[in-house]
Amino acid sequence: MKIMKVYADNAATTKMSKAAVDAMLPYLYELYGNPSSLYSLGQKSAEALQGARERIAVNLNCLPSEIYFTSGGSEADNQAVRSAALAGEKKGKNHIISTAFEHHAVLHTLKKLEEEGFEITLLDVHENGIITSEQVKSAIRPETCLVTVMYANNEIGTIQPIAEIGEVCREQKVTFHTDAVQAAGHIGVDVKRDNVDMLSMSAHKFHGPKGVGVLYVRKGVALSNLIEGGAQERGKRGGTENVAGIVAASVAFDESCKNIEQNTARILKMRERLIDGLLSVSHSILNGDRTSRLPGNVNICFEGIEGESLLLLLDAKGISGSSGSACTSGSLDPSHVLLAIGRPHEIAHGSLRLTLSEYNTDEEVDYIIKEVPKVVEYLRSMSPIWSDLQEGKKSYVIQ
Amino acid sequence: MLYSEKVMDHFTNPRNVGTIEDADGIGEVGNAKCGDIMRIYIKVKDEIIDDVKFETFGCGSAIASSSMATELVKGKPLKEALKLTNKAVAEALDGLPQHKLHCSVLAEEAIRAAINDYYDKKGTE
Ligand SMILES: Cc1ncc(COP(=O)(O)O)c(C=O)c1O
Ligand SMILES: [Zn+2]
Repeated sequence: MKIMKVYADNAATTKMSKAAVDAMLPYLYELYGNPSSLYSLGQKSAEALQGARERIAVNLNCLPSEIYFTSGGSEADNQAVRSAALAGEKKGKNHIISTAFEHHAVLHTLKKLEEEGFEITLLDVHENGIITSEQVKSAIRPETCLVTVMYANNEIGTIQPIAEIGEVCREQKVTFHTDAVQAAGHIGVDVKRDNVDMLSMSAHKFHGPKGVGVLYVRKGVALSNLIEGGAQERGKRGGTENVAGIVAASVAFDESCKNIEQNTARILKMRERLIDGLLSVSHSILNGDRTSRLPGNVNICFEGIEGESLLLLLDAKGISGSSGSACTSGSLDPSHVLLAIGRPHEIAHGSLRLTLSEYNTDEEVDYIIKEVPKVVEYLRSMSPIWSDLQEGKKSYVIQ
Repeated sequence: MLYSEKVMDHFTNPRNVGTIEDADGIGEVGNAKCGDIMRIYIKVKDEIIDDVKFETFGCGSAIASSSMATELVKGKPLKEALKLTNKAVAEALDGLPQHKLHCSVLAEEAIRAAINDYYDKKGTE
C-alpha cells in the first residue's frame, strides 16, 4: 500500500519554488563569474546581485543599499544584535530588551552578551503568545541600546504588534530589530510602516534555498562586521557572494510577496479546519492566539502523551511534523516557547506543530485530521499518566 | 535513521503493553517533568516473573526500552531479573543514540523498582 506523504513542517524549511530553482540554475552553470571581477562574466554576476537586492528592497519598502546578504537567518540575527550592542557600548549603553520566546539565534547571542557584561531583560510572554508595546515601553531605560522582538514566533506562529513596538522604540530613540524569519513572505512586512531599524529574514522559509539570509539595516543605523574579509556587501560581510542562492532568494521572496493574499486565503482555510479537527481530540489545547497567528501554523498540546513518539508514528504514516518535546531537542527541557506561555512541563512535552504552505492540499489536511487522533489514542492507551487521569487519580490540566 | 530497526520494531509493536490487575509488584520511575515515565507491573510465581506488563509515557526509545526490558525479564527468576542492566537493554536493541541512553537506564530502574515493591509487600505480609 502506498501511503500518502504529507509535508507539514514548513516552519522548519520549505520546498523551493520552481521559479526560484529556475532562476538560480544559470548562475551555477554558465554565469559563474565572481561578482568582484572586472570582466564581463564577473559583472554579469554583480548585476544579478544588484537585481536581487532591488527585488527584495521593493518588497520590504526600503532602499537596495539597506539590504545585506548573509548565510542565513541565524547570521542575520547575530549580526544585528551584536552590531546594536557594540554601538550601544560605545555610548555607554549596555541594556538590551528582548522576549523569552525568541529563536535561539537571538537568545544565545544575548546570553553571550550577558557574559560580556550586558544587562538583558527578557519580557514575559502572555499565555496567548503575544507581548505588548506597553511591556516594551515600561522596560526601556536611559541605558537601553536595543529592543529585539521577533515578528512571528517559529513554534506557535503568534504575530507580534511590531509596528506599535517600533513606534515606542522610535519615540525613545532605541534601536529596534525584529527577527522576521517566519513572517517574511507569509504576511505583509514593510520596514517603514513597521518602524523597524533592522530586520532578519531567511530564504529557505519562503521557498528559497537554504543558506541565504537577508539583513535589512536602515540607513544611518550602525552595522559592524561578524565576518571580516573583502569588500563584499559594502565591506560589512566578507566572502564571495552566494550569487545563485541570492538570486533564487530574491525570486522566491518576490513570488511569495506577490501571492500573499491569495496564499493566505487558501492556507488559512486549511489551518482553521486542521485546528478544529485536532481540537476534537479530548484534552487538547491550541498553543498561541488563534487570530494573531501566521496563516499556516497549528500547534497543539495533547495531554498524556509525549511528542517524539507522536512524531515517529506520524512519520510512519507519511506525515512530517515537529514537536517541542525535550526528546526531540536532545535536552531535558521541552520547548522554551511553550514554557514561556505557561504550559507546564508535562503538557509541553505533548506538543505537535504542523505548519502548512500553499503546496499543501485539502486532501492532506483530511488525512492528518484522520490519522493524528488515532495515533494520540494509541499512545494514550499505553501511557501511565493517561490511565491515572482516566481513573481519577490525577486531574486533567487541559480540560 | 535516528533509531535502529530493532528500536523501531519494539516502538511500533511494543511487547507486554498494559497493566496487571492483581500485580504482585509495581515499579514506577521517571517523572513527567523530564518527559519519561515508566510503570512496570509483575506477577510472581515461585520467585519467577510469571508475567510482566508496562505503561510508558515517553519518547520512542523509552517505549522501545520498556518493551525490550520486559521481554528480557519475562520468565526469569527474580534474582536474575534484578541483574538486568541498562547496557543489556540497549545492546538488545542494537544500540541507542547517546542522548537516549537515559531511557534504557529508566527501564532497568523500573524493573528493579517493581521487584523491590514485590519484596516489600511480601515482607509486610
Ligand atoms: C524565528 C527564526 N529565526 C531564525 C532562524 C534561523 O534561520 P536559519 O536557519 O536560516 O539560520 C529560524 C529558523 O529556524 C527561525 O525560525
Ligand atoms: Zn526519552
